[in-house]
Amino acid sequence: MNTIVCIKRVPDSATRVKLAPGGAALDPAGVKYVLNPYDEFALEEAIRRVEQAGTGSVTVIALGPPETAESLRQALAMGADEAVLLRADGSPDGLVVARALASEIEGRGADLILLGKQAIDDDNMQVPPMLAEILGLPCATVVVELDIEGSRCTARREIEGGHEVLEFDLPAVVSTQKGLNEPRYPTLKGIMAAKRKPLVEKDVALEDASITLVSLEEPPAPAAGRIVGEGPAAVSELVTLLREEAKVL
Amino acid sequence: MADVLAYAELRGGAVGKPAREAVGTARAMADRTGGAVHAVVLGPPGTNAAAGALAAAGADRIVVGEDDRLALYQPDTATAVLAAVAGQAGYAAILFAATAQGKDLAPRVAARLGSALATEVIGWSLDGGVITVKRPVYAGKAIATMRFERPPAVMTLRANVFSYEPRAGDGVVEPIEVPSHEHRVRVTAVELGERDRLDVAEATIVVSGGRGMQGPEHWHLLTNLVDSLGDEATLGASRAVVDAGWRPHGEQVGQTGKTVSPDLYFAVGISGAIQHLAGMRTAKTIVAINRDADAPIFGVADYGLVGDLFEILPPLADAIRRLRQEADPG
Repeated sequence: MNTIVCIKRVPDSATRVKLAPGGAALDPAGVKYVLNPYDEFALEEAIRRVEQAGTGSVTVIALGPPETAESLRQALAMGADEAVLLRADGSPDGLVVARALASEIEGRGADLILLGKQAIDDDNMQVPPMLAEILGLPCATVVVELDIEGSRCTARREIEGGHEVLEFDLPAVVSTQKGLNEPRYPTLKGIMAAKRKPLVEKDVALEDASITLVSLEEPPAPAAGRIVGEGPAAVSELVTLLREEAKVL
Repeated sequence: MADVLAYAELRGGAVGKPAREAVGTARAMADRTGGAVHAVVLGPPGTNAAAGALAAAGADRIVVGEDDRLALYQPDTATAVLAAVAGQAGYAAILFAATAQGKDLAPRVAARLGSALATEVIGWSLDGGVITVKRPVYAGKAIATMRFERPPAVMTLRANVFSYEPRAGDGVVEPIEVPSHEHRVRVTAVELGERDRLDVAEATIVVSGGRGMQGPEHWHLLTNLVDSLGDEATLGASRAVVDAGWRPHGEQVGQTGKTVSPDLYFAVGISGAIQHLAGMRTAKTIVAINRDADAPIFGVADYGLVGDLFEILPPLADAIRRLRQEADPG
């Protein structure tokens, strides 16, 4: 089982977003960057599949600035075999990113291509199905359960209030959701081993984007709220306010 | 004079909010471009019965694809039909609701068309034929303004953000042949939870519980509050309680869960971590119930109640029930 996992380096979810002067980017000062949380499920799934099969490899691919190498090392420490960094500034256009990933993936003969369901920075949530379209492969998104027997796959994907069951054949593209597995932490041994694993870096030129970022702004500050009162005694006033002032009941 | 295309997703074979919000927004856009609204609806034979409701939501032309295999959503067939329809005309925009289905389908269609896609759009403007949208990034900690450099502007629309005006008028119904090519992926079943409750991303009222609930065995207090609020209400949860295994991930609100914009949001026993606030701060009215008066959640709440939630929840549900009965004795 040869697997490819595409990952992204993103600001940690605990980041307090501050905008850089000019209002078109995040102020990077004090921001802690992490491996995109949904990508951890993709990595864990790939590593497990190869461990269970006893044969095969896990290749991690990331597109991003040079610092993205840190996230790739983390993936290698978790158990991936080799890593590729496509050095580029990224693009607001998911199709441009998907095309760059596709041209790296094409010809590698992967059985399974895994990605997190979305990156928690731009929240674009579109690269996995776009990648599948470009490669002409089956695609299942937001997957919380994946069974593979030979080349036959059954996946459960999260929908409103339940799940959809999908069947498809490998090779395929699968985007992963929390619940699929419990990602491992890199061990000290894994971290040491990662230093000796291959990490190839190359510059890539991205196509022009068909959608561009004009500006970023902070969301409107919530109106100052008020404490209605303390304990059960304040319940009736709360209900009255919800009805007569907020008009939501 | 560019037309606008909307994908009308059916729920249980019927036109619901996702279809109305997509078609209604397409109507508002087409009224600006001076074009017409075309809607695509897919389903098993008999789906053309949805045409009236789609015309009422604003569709001028309703393209209906009927096939037994479309009793369930089939991503590859839907992609092929939409790409075929989109290829017939130069649409200014192609709209989807940002549902599980819309989020799965829109990127496939955009890639097939070679177009850019903006997801979870919360606002749009049209200037000299150029469409600019607003959408939340960093789970809503910032709002991005993005400009489509060329049509069509393919987008998914966040639930509960866009309104629609019912209108009189008949749309023209036009059947379309459903391509019979092999599916790459086959959806074989849909398994819905035992409860007939709305998804947290779609409900107009959300009652979320956090660690202050002290354990999954106390969730009946929140379920009772949800029930008192009627069919439009549903349960949510903080990341802490999902990570602890008290609640399923599908209920999680926040940066690694769902971002919600209901009319009314109750945060019960939730302190208000940044990643949670990011997921619910766009709720129109926020009520926080917490024993710690300094909890960050009170900073974003319209109405705060300080105290023991175990003492507050039962009388709160009773009071809401009484109020709703008085308002609607039938």
